[in-house]
Amino acid sequence: MAELNTGDGGGKKGSKKVRSKKSNSKVDLTAMVDLAFLLITFFMLTTSLSKPQSMDLGLPDKKKDPNEKEDDIKVDQVRTVTIILGKDNKIKWFHGLLESPEPGGAPADGTYGKNGIRKELLKRVTSIPQATGSKEKGMIVIIKPTKKSTYRNLVDILDEMAICNVPTYAIVNDITPEEQKLVDEMNK
Amino acid sequence: MAKVKMSKKATSIDMTAMCDVAFLLLTFFILTATAKSPEPLPVDTPSSTVQTKLPETDLAIITVGKNNNEDQVFYGLKGKELRIKTLEFMAQKYNISFTDEEIAQFALIEEFGVPIEALKQVLAMKNSDRIKQGVQTGIPTDSINNQLKDWVYTSRQANAELKDEDLKFAIKGDAKELYPRIQKIMDMLQDQDVNSFNLVTGLRGKDY
Repeated sequence: MAELNTGDGGGKKGSKKVRSKKSNSKVDLTAMVDLAFLLITFFMLTTSLSKPQSMDLGLPDKKKDPNEKEDDIKVDQVRTVTIILGKDNKIKWFHGLLESPEPGGAPADGTYGKNGIRKELLKRVTSIPQATGSKEKGMIVIIKPTKKSTYRNLVDILDEMAICNVPTYAIVNDITPEEQKLVDEMNK
Repeated sequence: MAKVKMSKKATSIDMTAMCDVAFLLLTFFILTATAKSPEPLPVDTPSSTVQTKLPETDLAIITVGKNNNEDQVFYGLKGKELRIKTLEFMAQKYNISFTDEEIAQFALIEEFGVPIEALKQVLAMKNSDRIKQGVQTGIPTDSINNQLKDWVYTSRQANAELKDEDLKFAIKGDAKELYPRIQKIMDMLQDQDVNSFNLVTGLRGKDY
């Protein structure tokens, strides 16, 4: 091992030589270890070991010209799930149209997380392609954050999209008058 | 004599292995170190389970947070050349001339949040003073004086001139920030046809 052998090798008088060799063979490493740990502590505290994580978010092009004709894409109402984010971490969601929701998809309150909205989303992620009959026509989630919702709510719901592998989702900022009623009810 | 020998044996432990480990760790930390710079506007980012990492180059970070109950926006750019070039363009736009020293100082600042008119004073400050809370008041983002928009525009211009890559944008928002604040920033980016950006998040526990 790392022992310094400073004694001269030719041992003439057995016992005496051995003793002197022992006391010389070890360097005191205490100070060195102290220093090493000091530096370790310093570097541990000053480094940011992991880079911050980030969530990719793509938004559609903005229409600059208000007169430009909007190319409406008609989407089967079976495929759309609308989630409205309210204040105090409240959620309202419905499946299909607000006036005529799909079975089991009437406007309801939800919560974030494993036992909340995710159950409903996961159920529909698999059931919607079966209902439409093709894999390309999967679920579309429309996220509508209201003015009272926080940034955390937005990130949470986007995270939920990633967890549930929702094929298509969009953040929509305009809220229809009917939906506004739901919002008012929730945000009061 | 015999007693002295005994005590000697007991006091010194073999430190070799410990020293080895310590230096191994030390080497590891030195090699992986990227010095953490203090943030002038600390924000509590929301957490997510997404594992994508933030890119390290060609990146601009827009920090949205609260300081003294006031919404503030800070702007940060990665890379010295990019910062210098951006400042050059901004100086042209606002007709402010910066000295070489100020430009050199600006190149070292990771993140700032002052109106361009006050940038000179902030650049003249010491590093430790600059990051004190309340010294920097945030970049104006209102519709009359939207300097953030100009910063975004000029930094994109600067990056295009320096490299072929597009500048990427990251929004680092405080979790408690209300959505309209973030929406405003997103709208501003979208107005410039920046439709894809990153949201900076923290790591969430497995059982979410």
